[in-house]
Parts: sequence; structure tokens; C-alpha cells
Amino acid sequence: MTDLPLKGLKVADFCWVWTGPTTTRVLADYGATVVKIESKARLDTWRIQPPFKDNIPGPNRGGVFNTINTSKYSVTINISKPKGKELAKRFIKWADIVTENFAGGSMKEMGLGYDVCKEINPGVIMLSSSMMGQSGPWSILPGYGDLLSAISGVTEISGWPDRPPSEIGYYTDFVAPRFNALTLLTAIDYKRRTGKGQYLDIAQHQGGLQYVLPQILDYEVNQRVPIRDGNRDNYASPHGLFRCKGDNRYIALSVNNNEEWLALGRVAGNPPWANDPKYATFENRKANEDELERDILTWTATQDDKDLMFKLQKAGIGAGYLPSPADFLENDEHLKARKFYVELDHPEIGKIHAPRQPALLSETPAETRRAPLIGEHNEEIFKGILGMTDDEIAELVIEEIIY
Amino acid sequence: MAEKNEGMLSPYRILDLTDEKALLCGKLMGDLGADVLKIEKPGGDDTRRIGPFYHDENDPNKSLFWWAMNTSKRGITLDIEKLSGQEILKKLVKKTDFLLESFPVGYMDKLGLGYQDLKKINPALIMVSITPFGQTGPYKNFKGPDMVEWAMGAGTYLQTMGDIDRVPVRISQGFQCYYHAGTEGVVGALIALYSRHSTGRGQQVDISIQECMNFTTPWLYDLNKISQVRGITLFSVKVKHIWPCQDGYVMWSYTGGPNAKRHSIPLVNWMASEGMASDWLKNFDWMNFSHYHTIQEIIDRLEAETIAFFKTKTKAQIMEGAVKYRIMLYAIVTAKDVRESPQLAARDFWIEIEHPELGKKITYPGKWSNNTLNPPQISRRAPLIGEHNREVYEKELGFSKAELGNLRKAGVI
Repeated sequence: MTDLPLKGLKVADFCWVWTGPTTTRVLADYGATVVKIESKARLDTWRIQPPFKDNIPGPNRGGVFNTINTSKYSVTINISKPKGKELAKRFIKWADIVTENFAGGSMKEMGLGYDVCKEINPGVIMLSSSMMGQSGPWSILPGYGDLLSAISGVTEISGWPDRPPSEIGYYTDFVAPRFNALTLLTAIDYKRRTGKGQYLDIAQHQGGLQYVLPQILDYEVNQRVPIRDGNRDNYASPHGLFRCKGDNRYIALSVNNNEEWLALGRVAGNPPWANDPKYATFENRKANEDELERDILTWTATQDDKDLMFKLQKAGIGAGYLPSPADFLENDEHLKARKFYVELDHPEIGKIHAPRQPALLSETPAETRRAPLIGEHNEEIFKGILGMTDDEIAELVIEEIIY
Repeated sequence: MAEKNEGMLSPYRILDLTDEKALLCGKLMGDLGADVLKIEKPGGDDTRRIGPFYHDENDPNKSLFWWAMNTSKRGITLDIEKLSGQEILKKLVKKTDFLLESFPVGYMDKLGLGYQDLKKINPALIMVSITPFGQTGPYKNFKGPDMVEWAMGAGTYLQTMGDIDRVPVRISQGFQCYYHAGTEGVVGALIALYSRHSTGRGQQVDISIQECMNFTTPWLYDLNKISQVRGITLFSVKVKHIWPCQDGYVMWSYTGGPNAKRHSIPLVNWMASEGMASDWLKNFDWMNFSHYHTIQEIIDRLEAETIAFFKTKTKAQIMEGAVKYRIMLYAIVTAKDVRESPQLAARDFWIEIEHPELGKKITYPGKWSNNTLNPPQISRRAPLIGEHNREVYEKELGFSKAELGNLRKAGVI
């Protein structure tokens, strides 16, 4: 067994809620020592938000928390108290990287901003991940991923052309951690070569915009504002999701050229629509797309989604079923073969799954270990990293500094 | 080379053989300062045919998709299906840190350019392979258009997107799934780089686009066997989340309890300051308001007053008011609004890039991170077809003009 690739990298992690912890999970799964600094005085949101195992609330029972905090250590420090702050500073001194995602400016207000961190630890790399960044008129706005998707231009192009934009959930929350992680890793490499640490002020907003670049350029040079277009596509038709046999079963379909169109007709057993001249070319299919989609649906609605996927892929057509959660976690042979979901044994809630890191490294793959209970590693870390004695720890516990 | 800014990844050379599935990967690394060489087939990549186009001119050098995905790269043409092309690629690989590719699984192996072949030439090479379903497993040869990746990767999440009376809906206009994979490719590449510093050896990074799209699967189902679908809420009332305003839409929800301080209370204050809140609304008990315990009649009354107010406001005014009153209220913006955003101007987001072939500068969306040292920055526009052939083949690889002419005649470059 080779060592994990980021072994030896030290992270003082003040992150909470979603984007921050998802970012530091990447480092932890690849072997960095990530010490999650949290507190019962202000519990991580995902320690108090459902879903909980068996719907019984408890700080160690949350589904989201236990998925996005794998492989980390947990210590509890009440950093709102002066002595807590001092204790936190000892981790900042120890760390290669300090991470936080409080609302813009909060870390500074707490007296733990980059200027302070740099004084304690001149070579430190500090990541502040926020919605709008640490500067600018909107930096004071709190937000969640749904709102950030709205302000980053993604929501506007989601949904049906005859309706207002659609709900697309907390979308940019899934974009931001990737930009956080890659920027941190770049700064780590830069520091290794130059010795220089730095401050990374990353805005979820600016990361989200990297996923609509052609649309922004289209406005810039053509003054065109791109629109939402349902599941349709400018280069493929038919294109979309079509209902199949059963509840909430669909086939995703993208027919990119006439060859694929003919193949589709063959798989469907050459029904009348397959040979109708009004669908014979891409232009014709786009011109009659409403009708085309209704015709395709009469066929797919009688089909089993997954069987259909195999038949269509075999015929050279890009098609896929929409797995149910049980399919994802238990049934799908491909995800199983790739060991994508890792089973974790949690002392309080039993067996749960977490997806492994999607970047699969041939020599040094990541390893997913279960998320920590709150304060689980207090003794181990305060002694092992800070060299504290039992008495010192006991005293801070009584004072509710270690809390 | 000289014009390239010092960036955080400046020492590294990248060969980019990807198509639309992974172009973003090299773009991001190029913006971070790496020397990225985009390798296209002679005549240019098919990706150049993806629109929209500059002034709607259907020209492979004017695809805005191409422009957006290939900033900070240089470009050469090379036919790697020809033997002499393969020899040239191997020469380049010797001095390369990363090779990015998104060919069908097994294609590079068939050409004798698979990871096992290339690592013999350069054991330190990091090869990032970005494919629809990864390098292994029963679906490895499946096609993976964006719609299919949404379903098979983000299916649990997709079930919650859109309206209950229609099928789930993806984000329009292209390639969200590919963007996720491209970004993840950078993460994988840099972890392999970190590892290489201690081992001296490179490795292959296998990115499955499907796996990059896993957003939310295990939680609800794993814990309580719940499958979420769009339009179903835990509330007994029907509430609006997306509201019309004067020139578009805004995203807003009334919230009670302690959170009302940054939601409902400041919005009502703003409405009241313009004489648009009734006494009923001004005296509303937000501390005891909850969507779980209210009735539809209350919600309808709240919404009627609020719609009337939002209809008097443009998106820009909404954002100004949100900042002034510190309300968690956001506009649903278009590309135009993005371009006009005061926040992005203040963050120094936009960057003017020279397009010498057009004789003008064009403003591009820029950095995702405001680093104190060497933030990501676009160093040049996307390459024209074969723009850097001479620079690379003559200056770097030492081919003579005659040799270059022969390669061109043979259709290798």
C-alpha cells in the first residue's frame, strides 16, 4: 500500500456548511491531515439539519455532514472566547493551509483574518471561500447556492421557454468546491517552488460564471442573450428526456446526425414516424420538434428504460437511463464495477455510502474514511499536534474552551 | 512565449488533445500560467464548429465556444493517426508534464500512444483522460452526450429540477457536465503533480464525467429510503420562489424565526419605505411564522403585496435594494446583467484580450479567484488553426522549413 498522495499536508479547517467542507474533503480523502475546528457553541449547519438517520436528530446523525466531511479529524474549540482564539492560533501556526468559508469579512472580525494568520505563520496559504468574494458592493450579501445560481446566470437558462426559469437547486454549490480545490492545489505547488504563501479570495459567483463563458461572450460580441430551451439542443434532435415504463423512469436521448436517426428507427422497429419525410433531416426534425417528441414518446413510454439504453448504445446512439437512488447505490453494474460508492461504517448510524473522489489516480488513489463524530479527536489532536497534557486539556474542557 | 504572464503553473508544459468534453481543463491550467499546447487534427478540430459564432459568421476561427474554452493556449495541428505524427507527438511528450485527452477509451492505445506506451518515453508524465464513463467498467464504451451524463450522473439531482407536470430539465445551452469534468481534471492533475514531487513518477488520472456529476445521491435514500422528486415540498402550502419583476425575475422566499432578520423583515422595511406595505404586512409576526404551520390564505396575501412591489423594480434596482437593506434577495440574471454587474467590475473580473486577426480587443470573463499572488489570468485569445506550427515545429523541435513543408504535404500538420 503506497502512501496517500497528500500525506503530510496540514490543514487547519474552519469551514462549515457545504462548499468549504466539500473542498477540504478533497484534501482529506487524498491524505492531508485536515483538522476540522468546530464547536458545540455554533454547530456546523449540517450537524443540525436533516436528513438524519431514522429521522432522529443528532450532531453525528446527519446524512450530508457524514458525506462531505469524510477522512477529517474533529476538534471542538469555542473560538468566540479569547482563550479559544488563542488555541485556534496554535493550529494556524501548525498548518500549511488555513481554510474558512464564513460570510465575507467574518474571519477578520473574529481576529483571525489573513493579516493575523500571516503574522503567526508567514508562509501560510489561506483560503477564504465566499459567495461574492471579500470585496465589492455585494460582498456583504449572504447567500445560498440557489441564489448564487440565479446571480451567476445559470438559472436564467434553465427550464422551459414558455415558462419562468426553473428551480435548479443549489447548483453552483457543486461548482465552487472544484474551483476552491484546484486553486488551493495550485497555490500549494507554487509555495513548494517559491516558499511563498498567499491569500486566496475565491468567490462562488466568479466560479459559477466559468460555466457560462460562451453565453457571456455571445452577449459581448453579438449582443444576444441566450435563452432556456428545455432539454433541447442546437445540434441534436431528438434530444431530451422521454418517459419510459414505470414511475419516474426516463431515457435520455441525443440523436446527433441522420445515421443515428436511422438507427433509432431500427431500434424502435421501424414505426411510421421513423420513415416520415418530415423527420428525415436534422432541419426537418428541428422544424417539427413538438410533434417529433410526441411520436418518440409513444414508443419510449412502452419501454423499459435500462433495456432501451443498452439497445440504443449498441446501435451507436447516445442514450442513458435515469437511475433511481437505489439504482445508483445498489444496482448499477457500472458504478459497482468502478467502486464509486464506498460503504462506510459509522459508530452511531451504521452503514452509509459516500461517493469516492471522482479523479481516479492510477498510482495514488484517494481513500474515503468515515466523517468524525463531533470532537472525536480532541484528545488525540490536542496531545499529538499541540503537545498538550491531560491536565491542560481538562482545564480547557471545564472552561468550555474545548467545547 | 515571452508574452505569457508569470503564473502559478508557469513551469509546466501541457499537451491538450481534448475535444469539447474536456477543453475547459486546459483552459483553466493555461489561465493559471501553464504552457498549454492545443493539438488539433489538420484543418482544425470539429469543436470549432460549435456555435455561437462571432457576428454569426460560421468560420472555424470564430466559434465563441472555441474562444471561451481555449484561452491561454497555443495551437498546432498534428495528425496522430499517421506514423510520422505519432513520432512527433512522442517527441513532444518527452518534454511534457501533463497530457490531456478525451478520446474514446482504447483509441490512444490502438495508436501506440496509450499511457503504458507514453510512460516509457516519459515516466514523469501525468496523463489525464476525461471520458463519458471512465476507462473501466461495462459502460466504458458508451457515448455520453450532456443529456445522458445529466441523467446517469446527476439523476438524483435532475429529478428535482424543473416542474412537476413536465419531465426533469437540464441547464440549457450546452455542456455543464463537461465543464464539471474539465474542472475536476485540474484537481486530479494537480494531486498527481504533488505526488510526483516525492515519487518522481507520473500516473494516469481517470476522470469519468458520470462520476463528476454525482451531486446528491446517497443522503436521503441511504438514511431513510426517500427518493426526492421536483415540486414536492414538506410544506402544506404552495409557496413561490421565483417571482416576476419589471424586466425579468428575482429569487426570493419569506422566512420566519431568527432568519427573518435577513429575509422578511428588511424586505418589508424596504416596501414600507416606498409606501408599498399594508399595515397588516408591517405588523406581521415574523418570529412565529413558518411554512410548516401557516395557511395558504396568508401566503396568498403575502405574495400579492410582494408581487406588486417587485413589479415596480428592475433587476438592477433589486440588487441595489438587497445591498442597502441587507436582504437575502437576488435577481435571476442574464448574460447582459452579468456584463453590467457592479460587483464584477469591483472584483476586476473582466479582461480585455487582443484579437489581432480582427484588429480589436474583446472583453472576456476572467478570473475565478482574487489571489494575492498571480491570480488566474487569460494571457492570450484561443489559437487560430495551426497558428503556432512554425513556432513549435521549427523553433522547439528544430524542423527545417523543407521538413515542415513535407509534413504539410503529407497531411501530418
